[in-house]
Amino acid sequence: MKFFSSIILTAILAYALGLYTTLPWWGFAITSFVVALSIHQTPFKSFLSGFLGLFLLWVVLATIIDINNEHILATKVAQILPLGGSYMAVIGLTGLLGGLVSGFASLAASYSRKA
Amino acid sequence: MRIVPFIISALVATGLIIVLNLQLPVGGNKTPRLGYFLSPQIGFWQNAESVNTNYNNDIKLTGLESKVEVYIDDRLVPHIYADQENDAYYVQGYLHAKFRLWQMEFQTHLAGGRVSEIFGKERLYVDRFFRRLGMVYGAENTQEYVEKNNPEMKSSIEAYAKGVNAYISSLKPEQIPFEYKLLDYQPEAWSAKKTYLFQMFMSYDLTGRGASTDLQMTNAKNYFGYQDFNQLFSNIKDSLDPIIPKGTVYAKPSINPIMPKDVDSAYLNNNAPNTTATAPFIPNKNNGSNNWAVAGSKTKSGRPILCNDPHLGLNMPSLWYELQITTPTHSTYGASFPGSPAVIIGFNDSIAWGVTNAGRDVLDYYEMKFKDSSKQEYWYNGAWKKATTRKEVIKVKDSADQVEDIAMTVFGPVMYDNMYKNSSTEGKYLALRWTAHEASKGLLPFYLLNRARNYDDYLVAISNWYNTGQNFVFASKTGDIAIKQQAAFVARWSRQGDFIMPGIDSSYAWQGMIPTEENPMIKNPIRGFVSSANQESTDTSYPYYLGAGSNFPIYRGIIINRMLTAMNAITPTDMQLLQMNNYHVFAEMARPVLLKYLSKASLNAEEKKYVDILANWNLNADINEKGATVFNAIWDSTEAAIYKDEFAAAKLNLGWPDDPILLESLLRDSAYTFIDNIGTSNKMETIDDVVLEGLKKAVTKLAALEKENKLEWGKFKDTKVVHWLKIPALSRMHLPIGGGRHMINATTEDHGPSWRMIVHLTDEIEAYCVYPGGQNGNPGSKYYDTFIDSWANGKYYQILFLKKEDAPKHKKVKWLMTFTQA
Repeated sequence: MKFFSSIILTAILAYALGLYTTLPWWGFAITSFVVALSIHQTPFKSFLSGFLGLFLLWVVLATIIDINNEHILATKVAQILPLGGSYMAVIGLTGLLGGLVSGFASLAASYSRKA
Repeated sequence: MRIVPFIISALVATGLIIVLNLQLPVGGNKTPRLGYFLSPQIGFWQNAESVNTNYNNDIKLTGLESKVEVYIDDRLVPHIYADQENDAYYVQGYLHAKFRLWQMEFQTHLAGGRVSEIFGKERLYVDRFFRRLGMVYGAENTQEYVEKNNPEMKSSIEAYAKGVNAYISSLKPEQIPFEYKLLDYQPEAWSAKKTYLFQMFMSYDLTGRGASTDLQMTNAKNYFGYQDFNQLFSNIKDSLDPIIPKGTVYAKPSINPIMPKDVDSAYLNNNAPNTTATAPFIPNKNNGSNNWAVAGSKTKSGRPILCNDPHLGLNMPSLWYELQITTPTHSTYGASFPGSPAVIIGFNDSIAWGVTNAGRDVLDYYEMKFKDSSKQEYWYNGAWKKATTRKEVIKVKDSADQVEDIAMTVFGPVMYDNMYKNSSTEGKYLALRWTAHEASKGLLPFYLLNRARNYDDYLVAISNWYNTGQNFVFASKTGDIAIKQQAAFVARWSRQGDFIMPGIDSSYAWQGMIPTEENPMIKNPIRGFVSSANQESTDTSYPYYLGAGSNFPIYRGIIINRMLTAMNAITPTDMQLLQMNNYHVFAEMARPVLLKYLSKASLNAEEKKYVDILANWNLNADINEKGATVFNAIWDSTEAAIYKDEFAAAKLNLGWPDDPILLESLLRDSAYTFIDNIGTSNKMETIDDVVLEGLKKAVTKLAALEKENKLEWGKFKDTKVVHWLKIPALSRMHLPIGGGRHMINATTEDHGPSWRMIVHLTDEIEAYCVYPGGQNGNPGSKYYDTFIDSWANGKYYQILFLKKEDAPKHKKVKWLMTFTQA
């Protein structure tokens, strides 16, 4: 239960941050940290829920945009980056980067609590 | 707390953020800041527009006088209806910014010598070149003049700037265009000055070649000596069909420019041993255009038809943005420049107009003698004269500012000096005189053309055009057709300004400008059409010198005039086919020369195969024609066989003579001097030898092409429309389109008809257009490249020239934007 609420909370707070603040793109690292600090889990689970919270948020957001855009821009970006022209790869990379930053922020929070 | 794991994971998180927040160097380029760029809420994903974007909007802004309605049709073309003139330009500025902001700013950064601010010191050479060319200086001069003398132009340009800025300030961080995110910088405020810089950008594109070719020609003249030079770069073209028909009688000139007495020793034959600088880059040689108008006597409807296709670099987003502007004084439709108010090429409910480049020489160099390297004083008319200094400060990303101290002389800025030179300049001081530097009325001619109702209005409008020579073609509903070559042209003596001129006194200075009434023009000619395609505007009976012949390509003019002469009962569809015509008139003239000499040679089977392809070719450079590729290869190799020995030996930057010179030299004289290979001292090559040598070299190349399956003209030419940043993913590559240099459909690899327009001046104007791009400059929009396939296939869109009362219910109108005062 804690695990799922962590994921959901991480995602919701990161989304709200993007919507209502002008913090830089990594602002969610703060909320992910706070979530992991508030919901106590093992370091591994903290990392995983932090990672999944952002991974899922970014993948879902990117996918919705991409479908509405009929993959026009993601396909171009996938040639520039270069990711072999695959819009799926751009979505995956998007989720991965967001997830990693969030996951490590959560992990740090988990370790910062008394054992 | 578990200190060590905490520190490690916190460091990893911070490290990730830092790395993903940096532009990382990858193979000479830099990545975007990946964390930012990929963030779905602020990064590039935000530029991925829904394909079903709804452009309906009620926009409240400050600075409008009254309500403006914009109906947007299914091709994303806006039809602006405003009650106030300035409101129309305000909204035009807003729309340009909404759909083309990045491009507008980038082009004016380029013109203003500011791209180092974006790219850092690798592009400093670009900025130095444009600053020293006087781009900012020229923009300032015209801005100052217009603001003092043309209040309506001033307020139009300011209203336009306000509109651009209204859009920019409405942008949330996540809404800035894609390219800013990719390169990691921010849009800045627009200003009136940028509109003037944009005009300099066009002046440079259309007349800036002289900044390089004058230097190359000087090199060539010094190297070969004037006599040989004059044969290589002859101004005589037997096959020329000028804009103003041959045999036209011209009035006596009001200015008789006097050739300096020492022209032989100090100018034409001063074979200075040291050579001159060449520019780091040069506007495309093929910058040119076609325009023509046919009178009612030649059309099916009895009404004139006007056509224009300006040939410029094929870029994405396009240089052009299509729109209609309607106010109480006028309703005008056409192509506009993002960066400038009003329509540049188009029509209104009374007249239509178009432009081609005149190619006249409006840029000269003078060699100055300075007292010392501080450039404070220069020798002029027998005394030391004080120079002023213009300081150009170039800001460089991640580096110190670069300051250019440019000495200003009676002629203009000293572009090349001891601080700006390359290995071959040896510190010459070269001052530049260029009409684009001089105060002009800016966009006023276009402002007036937008509102012109008849021939007289047209003449008045274009008489205000000074900077760069243009051929303005005209047609009216009342049945008039006309064409006039217009600018402030220098009254030159023969060869004046083709080379660097002595600047130690006023004897080589410009002696006057040709009065506009004496510029070449023609109205309602008996032959029933007027046309121009960048060829010489007149035959040699015109009393003024037009400039070096290499400025004027002649073959498109020949075929256009031949076709128009033969055509009757013309319809707009005929005109579409003519604009897309791929007939290679140059090959028609050159092929017999090649075949004549090749038929005598003994050829092997492979050589014979290609000669047969050439001989059997239908002379159309359509995409599937192999003959066009074969012709191109053999001609180029033959040209190289003739010239390469002489030109390579010079070890200088010399432009090669143009096609008509070589062809006509061969037609006139099979013992053309330059045929002999100077590398073979014991042998005198004949024309048979060089054409055969050309064939042999061509066959090697052609066989390789055939192996790659690229012998067909379309595949060989491989036309593309390229993003300004040269990123293939943002460009359209491998377009199936025929045509090329010397053809009416002048589409080369990356250059060609940037806007095709046909206007039939019937009661309800019937017009067609297409351009290689799309209305939305956002690479994430489905309207980014909407027109490109139609453009390549020769398909046109019928223009929706819409009356306000019909707009709300027209089936092609998709959206409505209203603009009201906040």
